[in-house]
Amino acid sequence: MMTSPTQHDADIIVVGAGPAGSCAAIAAARAGKSVILIERGPFPGSKNMYGGVVYPRILDELVPSWWETMPVQRWVVKRSTMLLSDSGALNIDFRANSWGAPPYNGATAYRPDFDNWLANHAVEAGARLVCSTTVTGLLRDSNGRIQGVSTDRPDGDLHAPIVIACDGVNSFLAKQSGLYPHTDASNFTLGVKETLALPKHVIDERFGVRDNLGVDIEILGGTSGVNGGGFIYTNLDTIALGVVLKLPKLAAQQKRPEQIIAELKRHPAIAPLIEGAEVKEYSAHVIPEAGLDMMPTMVADGMLVAGDAAAMCLAAGIWLEGVNFAMASGMYAGQAAAEAIAKNDVSSRGLSGYTDRLEKSFVLRDHRKLRKVPHLVLSDRVQHKYPAFVAGVVERVFRVDNPHPKPGVRRIVREERKKAGIGLLDLLRDGWTGMRGFG
Amino acid sequence: MSSTARIERDNAWPEISFEERIGTAEFRIHEKAHITVNGDSCRGCTTRECVVACPANLFVPTSDGGILFNYENCFECGTCYLVCNKEGAISWTYPEGGYGIVFHRT
Repeated sequence: MMTSPTQHDADIIVVGAGPAGSCAAIAAARAGKSVILIERGPFPGSKNMYGGVVYPRILDELVPSWWETMPVQRWVVKRSTMLLSDSGALNIDFRANSWGAPPYNGATAYRPDFDNWLANHAVEAGARLVCSTTVTGLLRDSNGRIQGVSTDRPDGDLHAPIVIACDGVNSFLAKQSGLYPHTDASNFTLGVKETLALPKHVIDERFGVRDNLGVDIEILGGTSGVNGGGFIYTNLDTIALGVVLKLPKLAAQQKRPEQIIAELKRHPAIAPLIEGAEVKEYSAHVIPEAGLDMMPTMVADGMLVAGDAAAMCLAAGIWLEGVNFAMASGMYAGQAAAEAIAKNDVSSRGLSGYTDRLEKSFVLRDHRKLRKVPHLVLSDRVQHKYPAFVAGVVERVFRVDNPHPKPGVRRIVREERKKAGIGLLDLLRDGWTGMRGFG
Repeated sequence: MSSTARIERDNAWPEISFEERIGTAEFRIHEKAHITVNGDSCRGCTTRECVVACPANLFVPTSDGGILFNYENCFECGTCYLVCNKEGAISWTYPEGGYGIVFHRT
């Protein structure tokens, strides 16, 4: 397919200045291509919300020594996994103080700060950032070839031979282009979150951290019977606390999202951590939760899809990642688009360098390896039976019930399993799926 | 309405009011609605998924069996059209550029 650059406003139009879009713009601009980066919010990040941790290792390629300038709240040095039963909690903690020094691992950050910072790198690389502009559709020529996008600005049509859709979880561009036919609600979760203010020294004391070091807590159970999970992340002088809720289950449960947060906050294991905190900001966002099974076709003639728009979020139990997958997929899309322009072939064949890169990198390799895990984690047994079962076993192991002698662990497991209503075969099957899934 | 709300000690929940909660988020409201709800479709709906699931609580049942919808404090999350079982009941777009939800510490 031949392109005629003279009629174009740019070589590449990137829709959405989130982590995927900004990395696409950086990569393409660095490769010498002209790039327009369009953002519908008044500034990059203004529409974006997440749990709270970003793993920026992939930025080594685009922004060397990123940790020196990135707007960080706290470097995560402690990871906790918390299993909540009605009144109990099992906490598994891991601490690595090495994660609090270069080259670092993960950090809490506010997305409006982080996304803005990353978009500035795109601008420095030469991309034209256009904010407060909503893309309303794809432009096509008489042969149906993608020619750019229409926007809500007066005379707002923008022409380019390649459009990279980084327009987020609702991606209307991917839907409009037919790449994303299914929007089955069961593939999505709703994340709702409170940013809770507490003095820094109180957060330090309650969570056992100092300086700019922080904590990441993932919670299973405690979501009022709605399949999902909870999270707590420490920022400098706020705590991000929220829940992620499977959409069809939420709708069926007759319990509103803010009620589920309120119940989590009342749990005896959570309440002391957040006592006295003020709600500074309430927020919500939808998450593409089903991984590989919901991903759209990512390449079409003249178009690539990256980030949440391509359902890149990894929601695999102990691993909850998304920004890194967005940044990587965006970067690969930007590189592949620049290549396609250079060889004057913007057909899906010419753009296939994108999927090649995704397949070779962690992006699709992690998703393939963990394909079954999102379903397992959100399954009814894992959600409604295992937290009480595990907490019940641990409670009895540690309970001193004199004058009775200590029961054997095998007996406890058997009795608690029956009490929780878990069949032995189901337990073995889930264990097998888990071991293979996490393998 | 204060922009922040205090959580009281000792089980002083149920929490802050929904108005206070939503008042902590910034919405730059455009005069034109970006989401419209077709009341006729809603009248026959018994499941009302949107009423439960919308995190901004924008769908309010009316006494005559319809749904009252206000677009102004919308997070633009997409939950409503994803959970809705009635084809064509909700038409959903993003607000005009620069308008709608503006997050700060998320």
